[in-house]
Amino acid sequence: MIRRTLDVSTLPTIAFGPRATLWWGVVAMLAIEGTALALSAASYLYVRRNFVEWPPPGTIVPALGAATGELIVLLVSLSPMILVDRAARREEYWPVTVGLAVVTLFGLASLGLRAAQFYGALGVRWDAHVYGSVVWLLLGMQAAHVITSTVENALILAVLVIGPVERKDYVDAHVNAVFWYFVVATWIAVYALVYLAPRWL
Amino acid sequence: MSRIALAVVTPALAACSGRPPVLDPGGPQAARIASYWWLNFWIAVVVLAAVIAFLVDTVVRRRATLTTAIVPVEPRAERRVMIGVSVAVGLTAVTLLGLVIADATTGRGLRSLSGEEPAVTIEVTAQQWWWDAEYWDPVPSQRFRTANEIHIPVGRAVLVKTKSLDVNHSFWVPGLHGKQDHIPGHNSSLTLKADHPGRFAGRCAEFCGLQHAHMQLLVFADPPEVFEAWRAAQRRPAAEPTSQPALRGRDVFMSGPCVLCHTVLGTPAGARLGPDLTHVGSRTMLAAGTVLNTPGHLGGWITDPQSIKPGNRMPASSFPADDLQALIVYVSGLK
Amino acid sequence: MRRAVDPPHDAVARVELERAWSTPPGFLGWLTSARHTSVATRYIVTAFGFFVLGGVLAALMRLQLARPNLHLIGPDLYNQIFTMHGSTMMFLFAVPIMEAFAIYLVPLMIGTRNVAFPRMNNLGYWIYLIGGILLWTAFLLNVGPDAGWFAYVPLSGPGYSPGKRVDIWAQMITFTEIAALVAAVEVVVTVFKLRCPGMALNRMPIFVWSMLVMAFMVIFAMPAIMVSSTMLAMDRLVDTHFFNPAEGGDALLWQHLFWFFGHPEVYIIFIPATGFVSAIIPTFARRPIFGYPAMVLSLIATGFLGFGLWVHHMFATPLPQLGATFFTVSSMMIAIPSGIQVFCWLATLRLGRVVFRAPLLYALGFIALFVAGGLTGVMQASVPLDLQVHDSYFVVAHFHYVLIGGAVFPLLGALLYWLPKISGRMPNERLGRWGFAVLFIGFNLTFFPMHVLGLGGMPRRVYTYAADTGWATGNLMTSLGAVVLTIGFVLFLANVAWTLRWGPPAGDDPWSASTLEWATSSPPPSYNFAYLPTVDDRDPLWSPTEQPVVTGLRTDVREILITDAIDATPDHRQHLDGGSIWPFLTAVAAGIGVITAIFTPWGVTIGAVLCAITLTGWFWPRVPSGREARRSA
Repeated sequence: MIRRTLDVSTLPTIAFGPRATLWWGVVAMLAIEGTALALSAASYLYVRRNFVEWPPPGTIVPALGAATGELIVLLVSLSPMILVDRAARREEYWPVTVGLAVVTLFGLASLGLRAAQFYGALGVRWDAHVYGSVVWLLLGMQAAHVITSTVENALILAVLVIGPVERKDYVDAHVNAVFWYFVVATWIAVYALVYLAPRWL
Repeated sequence: MSRIALAVVTPALAACSGRPPVLDPGGPQAARIASYWWLNFWIAVVVLAAVIAFLVDTVVRRRATLTTAIVPVEPRAERRVMIGVSVAVGLTAVTLLGLVIADATTGRGLRSLSGEEPAVTIEVTAQQWWWDAEYWDPVPSQRFRTANEIHIPVGRAVLVKTKSLDVNHSFWVPGLHGKQDHIPGHNSSLTLKADHPGRFAGRCAEFCGLQHAHMQLLVFADPPEVFEAWRAAQRRPAAEPTSQPALRGRDVFMSGPCVLCHTVLGTPAGARLGPDLTHVGSRTMLAAGTVLNTPGHLGGWITDPQSIKPGNRMPASSFPADDLQALIVYVSGLK
Repeated sequence: MRRAVDPPHDAVARVELERAWSTPPGFLGWLTSARHTSVATRYIVTAFGFFVLGGVLAALMRLQLARPNLHLIGPDLYNQIFTMHGSTMMFLFAVPIMEAFAIYLVPLMIGTRNVAFPRMNNLGYWIYLIGGILLWTAFLLNVGPDAGWFAYVPLSGPGYSPGKRVDIWAQMITFTEIAALVAAVEVVVTVFKLRCPGMALNRMPIFVWSMLVMAFMVIFAMPAIMVSSTMLAMDRLVDTHFFNPAEGGDALLWQHLFWFFGHPEVYIIFIPATGFVSAIIPTFARRPIFGYPAMVLSLIATGFLGFGLWVHHMFATPLPQLGATFFTVSSMMIAIPSGIQVFCWLATLRLGRVVFRAPLLYALGFIALFVAGGLTGVMQASVPLDLQVHDSYFVVAHFHYVLIGGAVFPLLGALLYWLPKISGRMPNERLGRWGFAVLFIGFNLTFFPMHVLGLGGMPRRVYTYAADTGWATGNLMTSLGAVVLTIGFVLFLANVAWTLRWGPPAGDDPWSASTLEWATSSPPPSYNFAYLPTVDDRDPLWSPTEQPVVTGLRTDVREILITDAIDATPDHRQHLDGGSIWPFLTAVAAGIGVITAIFTPWGVTIGAVLCAITLTGWFWPRVPSGREARRSA
């Protein structure tokens, strides 16, 4: 007797969203990074309790300019990234390529503004006291995500430009859009904790 | 019941040194904890015995071989076993609830002692690797320091405030109470009480570096009159040396490196880096319980502390032989 | 079950599959392998190597503590030894070996050809190996960490641990944990997306569920130690003040972050062990596991609850009392799902017919030892009692009962159970039984007296003790017991060695078991199954129905089937990449970064740049792969 069969030869060879293993892989990585950021934020609140005045006496409340500028840059960058995401699902070459180039530029602008915060706007060094240490940690960790995501965007862009272009490159672009959404969301949270909370708490 | 269990469990292990301190409470808190322990112990014995008995019975009764056919799932037997499992889970939950209640009661009993007005307040500052104990008094001139050996009055509450000068340590006198960590930046306290006179051994119970193993604390519970006498003696400045060697020894002490770290009340030596030596002669041990307080050990400790307690903070000092003998006589006489 | 004949052209297909999936021969092939069975076997061998090293350290400690006031090992070396013992056992043995069994068995049990990201799998192993070698090199050069595997601040901080010892520990821990996270992501994605058609979530073997829960716990627990060890490294290297009370930092912050990782860590080790037991017991009870839904829910509940217990490691520190009460209740409550699992195993045995074989002996021994260890755990959930036994040898007894009894015993049983599948040879049954008996007796002789020592006031981490403490007899018994325990391990390893050399051929399914790994040859071919299976039952090989097999996947390239996450209906076909040198190079790049970071913060930048280079090489498209897309507007 010959065994019955289930023929899958007609199934597609790429998929997007939760159908794709790469999407799950990136979401798992974001869970890891998100947990690390959340624990760092919890540490910020934990050491806050050791102080009456916050930031500690002698340290300025961090200046809003560069950080708010970065917030605007990142929020605006969502628009081209969503475009990339949708176009990638339709495997449309030019919207994805141009969109990635635009998002990469936004990423670089964001990093420039972040550098401005480290070297001035924050108003404190990492070794001044625990407040300095923990805000540098939060900003530094989130900056690492911005750097990584921007470099990935640039690399996918390079592959698309240089070629050969494979169908899976569109899955890469789409999945990196998910990473980018995470980057923007975590900046909103870190911005609120580091720049807004001391003004209100 | 507890005595039977102790007789069964600890004979060879306790040998001639008696019961384990946690199960030989010398005060009301340790006693409450020991009662809670016995409740847990007997529950554990019963549960473990039941599980093992069930396992042995099952394995012995229902043997088969690998070629035995797969046992079909029979609804009636499944249902019976389902009820059995549910009963077991229910019993587990009820037992745990009982333990939570017993735990809460024990905790409340322990805390009730903290409400009592303490007869004595001692601020214990732990540091690598010894215990600095300052007996507090509302009148500052009545306060005094000692090290590694503290006395408390029997039957009265004693408040021990815990501080650390460097790393984490832990104050643990198992015969009297559970432990309290000394965490730098987080001062805390615990209240002790001894029910009967005795000598209770304590140890540092938080890994604190090289000589964590040699950071012993001794608690002497004295009848109230004996305690008062001890306290009065501790408040007095150092005994005036009477013999010639002792006088010479005092000169050696005051002109040597000892004064850089140690205090002897009533003399110019007032440094607080190391233990207060005003009454060191009356202590039973040296180096936080590492060696007995004898002239021989004292000489060895002064000249080569690193060989007795490698890594500790006291540097070696060398003295000419006569000076050393005189110094030993002087320090031994600081009773 | 009558075996059906596979579809026509089977022989041709197998040759093609072998060509597509096999690893190239030689050293380069070994270095670049993307086969999950190869990577997993490497992990297992390496982890057992670290287990032996950790055991040697334990033997040294028992030698020093056998009599009072011995001077065989001084305090500095002793502190390094117990730090390395804990760090090796927890980070370099226990977690990696559990993940290794997942990587080997999960793809087979769910009916697929490989893990979801084969080259990332390879990366994980090299990172693990490099991290372990570097930690041990430091120890052998007398710059091993000496502040405990838990490295409490301020002792481990810049003020009280000068030199590079703790820096090495902090960097190596962060580094090695990357491997654990990589394996966890691998397990999660593989379990959710690569299951064969018909294997809905409620038809997965309990073993696979246990690995899935473990993987989720790794994902949410490991970041805590990565954050805290990074903070410690920064306090030591660049003068941050996370743990410096003088500048508002907090010594307790370390403890919270460490134990937020540390408590789930022990469940990360224990839960896979329950998976082993849930695979072994049904086979040797000749019936499916009792109470499958309860078992699954208990695993998930344990996974969640495991994150709510961590403060019970801190009961002796100054804490608010209400907080402590919460953690007492949660620490007691977790006994309920664990209890449910025990009762279900007992029920399975009771309703089945018991076949007495060495793997089952280990499962039975586990039940007794884990219940004992769990009971002492419940004892310590109470704050008053914990305040007596915390940081004493009572705790050492407790956690060895749950870690050796509760995890290593199932592991040894699992190794004997699956050795036929991995090696194709049957282990020696008599040697297996003797090994178990000596191990069980030796284990209890070693660790039971420690309960009494703890009640006798003996603190942990002491390199010696005085004769008048009353601890001499207990310590001597423990040290002698350790000799018996060692003999037991030697017997076990001898059995493994004998099996690999002289074991008789095992065949596909020597135990007449029920799960899919037994439906292919022993050892499995490089493509696992010639035709991917489908299932409609939790115990497919015991099911009377003849299930269809999957056809239509390409056999000339590496192609697998991706299915729906919940009910495993076929979704699309996925091309998997073959072996590559880039994972190894990436691990080396990261290693260079981490080692440099021990000495200067620029190590982070150097590592990042090097990794960016190797990762670009890894993901850059290869020369025409036949998968080019059209450039559509």
